[in-house]
Amino acid sequence: MKVRVLYFASLREALGSSGEELVLAEGVNRVADLRAHIAARGGAWQQLLETKNLRVAVNQAMVGFDAPVRAGDEVAFFPPVTGG
Amino acid sequence: MSPPRSQKPLAAPHGGADALSGRPSEGMSISIQEADFDVAAELDALTSGDDEAGAVASFVGLVRGADVAAMTLEHYPGMTEKALAEIVEEARGRWPLLAVRVIHRVGRLLPGGRIVLVAVSSRHRQAAFAACEFIMDYLKTRAPFWKREETDSGSHWVDARETDEEAALRWQGDQTTP
Repeated sequence: MKVRVLYFASLREALGSSGEELVLAEGVNRVADLRAHIAARGGAWQQLLETKNLRVAVNQAMVGFDAPVRAGDEVAFFPPVTGG
Repeated sequence: MSPPRSQKPLAAPHGGADALSGRPSEGMSISIQEADFDVAAELDALTSGDDEAGAVASFVGLVRGADVAAMTLEHYPGMTEKALAEIVEEARGRWPLLAVRVIHRVGRLLPGGRIVLVAVSSRHRQAAFAACEFIMDYLKTRAPFWKREETDSGSHWVDARETDEEAALRWQGDQTTP
């Protein structure tokens, strides 16, 4: 059960990664679980828990952290948007 | 990296929009581009061949030279187009609009450079004014763009502003006035 995870802007820079393919561990059913799973790597990855007002999109639509994650999903984490 | 297509269909808020592909319905046009744009030509094109239109309202966002030496805009390809299409369709559901044009630039921009154009045509001015403001308020809080500013003291990512969030919240519900 794989998902594609993307990181943008300041988060991408802090992590040194624009994204990765991840095999979901057992018990990772929601965005919040996925975030905790990745942050558990420690170091810069803890930014996923520490970034103020972190936003998340599943399949290119903004969702809350209680949204479900399923095989094949594209999950993007990013700071609040600043366009316009 | 090219993100895969969305797995789940998104709701098209008011019908007619192909939100999944980021393609808005007829009369609605969205571009994400590095190139500059010609405001006069865009405004002319908006009402070209349309004898219904009685009003065009537009907004152009610029890089403030007093604040920065340059600005770089990053976005989330795929989601950006979809988010903008949804915002435009939301506006179309609230006001009787004839045409909408949104252009947002990405990449490195210099002081005085144009960042964004929102142009709206309608039969009467109230709808055009309100829809133009609404689209900008939603774009600033919902479309996945991020600005990195270069100043004399280095470069930094721009923080989101509370006032932008408040501006978008004014339109909650089905409000047609802010």
